Amino acid sequence: MSTLHTVNKSPFETQTLLSCLNHCREGDAVLLIEDGIYGGIEGSALSEIVKESAAGVSLYVLNEDVKARGIDPGRLLGEVSGVDYEGFVDLVTQHDRTQSWL
Amino acid sequence: MKIGVVISEGPYTHQAADTAYHFVKAALAKGHEVPRVFFYHDGVNVATRLSVPPQDERNIQKNWTELAKEHGIDMVVCIAAAQRRGLLDENEAERQGKDANNIAEGFRISGLGQLIEMGIQTDRLVMFGD
Amino acid sequence: MSDTKKFLYVNRKAPYGTIYALESLEVVLIGAAFEQDVALAFLDDGVFQLTKGQDTAGIGVKNFSPTFRALGDYDVNKLYVERESLEERGLTEDDLQEIMYEDEDDDWAEKPSIRIVSRAEMAEIMAEQDVILSF
Repeated sequence: MSTLHTVNKSPFETQTLLSCLNHCREGDAVLLIEDGIYGGIEGSALSEIVKESAAGVSLYVLNEDVKARGIDPGRLLGEVSGVDYEGFVDLVTQHDRTQSWL
Repeated sequence: MKIGVVISEGPYTHQAADTAYHFVKAALAKGHEVPRVFFYHDGVNVATRLSVPPQDERNIQKNWTELAKEHGIDMVVCIAAAQRRGLLDENEAERQGKDANNIAEGFRISGLGQLIEMGIQTDRLVMFGD
Repeated sequence: MSDTKKFLYVNRKAPYGTIYALESLEVVLIGAAFEQDVALAFLDDGVFQLTKGQDTAGIGVKNFSPTFRALGDYDVNKLYVERESLEERGLTEDDLQEIMYEDEDDDWAEKPSIRIVSRAEMAEIMAEQDVILSF
């Protein structure tokens, strides 16, 4: 039994991503969408804490949102995988529930 | 799988209604069912047929109306949230003594019970908002 | 599968600054009629929704905090409040209003609806749900 969490806010604006990661359990997945994708950037002031908090959790970003914001996928954390909208759907169906961190 | 969707943020201001649209299209393309989309909070504003976005921008309401028509999605606008924000169908406009209504084709106004029912009847529920 | 699902309403936003808290409560009240297994979670700024002494006269907005005390009448009596969220905000359980319900399985004894849980317990509660609605 596992949960897909979605986060749509920049971690530089709100604590939502960290709160989400602090409530994840081993085997959960976190998908960063919309402004949430900024939480997946390597070399930021929050990169280390995101990596630490995400231990045991699979991190994803929505490719379309990354591209829209001009973020080169090479600048994302090594731990992060990209998915498109169909991949988003797969994550929803592969996990038992979806929790949107609004 | 049956996937229910909630949109709880207004169009144009927030990306929620767009992300939800692309998500629902992808879910349908993969052969899943999306029996209902529920509009709540400022998300009810997606349902106005009076919005006139510039020609070179997407028309969020029209996109939803077309998608729902093509795939038989039940698009429900929460009545309590809609009344606060000036979204009325013909019946409600008459009942409230208002001189106009503004609900677009494909949307219907109903109660919050439809949200709970969607949670009960679908396999997954995904919320898009702020 | 039984017809009863576990519903969790997750409240992470403070009251009045935005409408989410009030409209969340409206869903809870309507949802109570569906006889599902309902619980509410209060974490992050959501814990501010439950503080006592709210007086909204000066801002001209309806004070909906007394409605939480009526939830027991709707058989909604699991209000999980995260301890770490309280502590981070300088609050203790004493800052929250008292919310009671009558336990029909225990000769209608009055019991508190608010249950203070740790962050780890909150994560566990979230992981037990069928449907999670976030406000």
